[in-house]
Amino acid sequence: MSHHDVIVVGTGLAGLTAAVRLAEGGARVLVLAKGVGATHLGAGTVDVLGYAPERVERPAEALAALIDERPEHPYALVGAGGVTAAVDWFKARIAAGPLGPYQYVGGVDENLLLPTAVGVARPSAVVPETMAGGDLRAEAAICVVGFRALKDFHPTLAADTLGRQGVSARGLELDLAPEGRADANALAFARAFDDPAFRAEVSGQLLRRLGVEERAAFPAMLGHADPHRVWSELEERLGRPVFEVPTLPPSVPGMRVHASLRGELRRNGGRVILNTVVTGAEQSSGRVTELRTRVGLREERRGADWVVLATGGIASGGIELDSRWRARETALDLPVAGVPEAGEERFRPGYFDDHPMGRAGVAVDAELRPVDARGERLYENVLVAGASLAGAEPWREKSGDGLSLSTGYRAAELVLGASEPAGSAAGVAEG
Amino acid sequence: MAFRAEHHDVLGDLMRGSLDHCVKCTICETYCPVSNVTPLFPGPKYVGPQAERFRVDDEPSADASLDYCSGCGVCTQVCPQGVHIAEINTQARARLKATQGVKLRDRLIARPTLTGRLGTPVAPIANWSLQNRMVRLLVEKAIGIHQKAPVPRFAGRTFQGWARRRSARAGPRRVAYFHGCGTNYYEPRLGEMTVELLEHNGLSVEVPKKQDCCGLPLQSNGLFDDARGYVHRLAARLAPYARDGVDIVATSTSCSLMLKREALEILDMADDPDLQAVAASTFDICEYLLMLHERGELKADFQPISETVIYHAPCQQQGHGIGKPALDLLALVPELETIETGAVCCGVAGTYGLKREKYDIAMKVGAGLFAEIADAAPDRSVCDSETCRWYIEAATGVRSVHPVEMLHRASGLSASW
Repeated sequence: MSHHDVIVVGTGLAGLTAAVRLAEGGARVLVLAKGVGATHLGAGTVDVLGYAPERVERPAEALAALIDERPEHPYALVGAGGVTAAVDWFKARIAAGPLGPYQYVGGVDENLLLPTAVGVARPSAVVPETMAGGDLRAEAAICVVGFRALKDFHPTLAADTLGRQGVSARGLELDLAPEGRADANALAFARAFDDPAFRAEVSGQLLRRLGVEERAAFPAMLGHADPHRVWSELEERLGRPVFEVPTLPPSVPGMRVHASLRGELRRNGGRVILNTVVTGAEQSSGRVTELRTRVGLREERRGADWVVLATGGIASGGIELDSRWRARETALDLPVAGVPEAGEERFRPGYFDDHPMGRAGVAVDAELRPVDARGERLYENVLVAGASLAGAEPWREKSGDGLSLSTGYRAAELVLGASEPAGSAAGVAEG
Repeated sequence: MAFRAEHHDVLGDLMRGSLDHCVKCTICETYCPVSNVTPLFPGPKYVGPQAERFRVDDEPSADASLDYCSGCGVCTQVCPQGVHIAEINTQARARLKATQGVKLRDRLIARPTLTGRLGTPVAPIANWSLQNRMVRLLVEKAIGIHQKAPVPRFAGRTFQGWARRRSARAGPRRVAYFHGCGTNYYEPRLGEMTVELLEHNGLSVEVPKKQDCCGLPLQSNGLFDDARGYVHRLAARLAPYARDGVDIVATSTSCSLMLKREALEILDMADDPDLQAVAASTFDICEYLLMLHERGELKADFQPISETVIYHAPCQQQGHGIGKPALDLLALVPELETIETGAVCCGVAGTYGLKREKYDIAMKVGAGLFAEIADAAPDRSVCDSETCRWYIEAATGVRSVHPVEMLHRASGLSASW
């Protein structure tokens, strides 16, 4: 049986953030996950707080109010300072990562207003440099550029929606595709954009079709290996601001986040095992000592001083709700708080309604340790981060990335802090 | 105290049933090494959970693009919903082959035991022929093995022959060594080093006789019935050890994956009692050595090796779900600098890269890895799988070795290097 300082369960934004921060802090880290996490699916932006419940212009201010009003919200546990620290750390890691000069801009002071693939305005705090030019608070007209072979991105639809919000916009479509592909996803196009010849062809065809004052919106696929170069070269060739609009999965900007953090983890000696399901744990005197995992038909045990649980919510299988109204946390069988009683209303008809089930999750104390219904700490050495946590409604608040990033970061800081004094208690300092 | 019983029905939700868990998130598509380099393969999601819904028992699959899947298994590894994409595809390909027929070439390269037996006694001639450009051109024309695809050199002796002549060291801690065809016919020295390394660590090593092929190449080429025969015979050879409580260790990571998992899941052999026993007792050599180390039983007072090596975990090694134990072992060697590659597959995927119509695809798959290796300019590359080593070595010119070779040397067991 192996033994690590920390086992992180889950490899989405929360899990990766915790793992990288721990590994660079000197801990021997093992990440266990069923598969690759949700970074590949999200927009690649860090939405800290978009609605509370009205649209938020200044997240830092709205965050302070939210923390005052809702002490059970995960943001109240990390504090406004914790969010800022996590964002600063994230920006620095991406900038230092394997993608060259590609970086994130923005911060918690104000939200940008970025168009989605269907042209809806979306508040976001910290965004790739390649997206910032799409800020709808600026006046300039927009030309949405689509590609016939790209599925699920319709420039005229996006332009039409933008137009209805008072933004001057139009759409056009290019008939260029990665070699030999009848249809292609955003990643195939991103790889094509890494090739200077494809970029030259795109800008050549576009130059004569763009208006003088228009900025150019592209689906977010401007480069997989070197997005900064692709984006800045297009801006230069087209002589105007160019920006990316997030696509349906696969999300190329999300993959860039994943690649950056996985690269950091690898460089810091962290280990990852995918295709592994945590099915339970051994415990002794209030501590989890070993995780039980299943690989194929075999059960393995893996020991750790600390466990950071970042398996996600219902959508990721971190929490299950069965047909008998029972909710369960799937890895450690932690209690799930906030589940309506049988017979009570769980969901309301509208997608963005205030669903009673919406805030269900694992309840934790101020140090992210899971607690039972009476608020008693269950395990001294288990911390919970990300979408498994109770008390937030990320899809209404537009806070999912901010929550995952800041709670993952906070969990790592707590483990590193608790292990610091002698270094021996948890053995973390020896790494 | 265990506080919760196993909640997953282990085999019930495996394989085909798992396709209902697919949420079309496309994560498998982003990782698929093949669909990322060629439009001939539309990707694991498309030919897997999506197309499988349209495949009906006893009817031929309408989708021949399935044959471009290399079987690397990366899609299954990265799927966050637990869909057994690669297994679904391998099974569907066998059904496709059953209707289309299997080429002579595929029947030939799927039988390494046979080619090994034929080639070993005539090794000089066989090796000369296989390195001769004219002969290779003819072979390509005749049966479709790509003339540039690297093929191994027959050693001219077998590992089994060495094992029979050696006097085994008896001891209380027994371990059985499953060496695979690659070690037996092409790299007997690796087998010898493995035995020496295990003995150096106080284990009594037994080499079960008549170890034939594990059936993996047959499975990859859609010859399931033949593959089952090989698995069955091999499992019967190894099962007595497992039943005696003797662990089985293997240096060929794809062959051991076959015994641990793939034959059970893909060939549907979970009911074979011998295989059940063997599957539960089989370990990849690095997995096993690291386990020894974790128990304090590995002689880890390694001699320094002042080199930089680059480590590539083969796709099928990753299928074990054990992480990369070789990295932790190499980290124990003083002064040894190990770089971990980010690549998921070198391209060859067993027999895939040998085929005329697939060689160029395989080379494109490996291009990223080969560039990483070239950039690192290492003293050597380290990799757990024999076909990958041959392929990487041919593509990069950098000597590629099994992790055991590094540990053997660091343990002071290699007279010359």
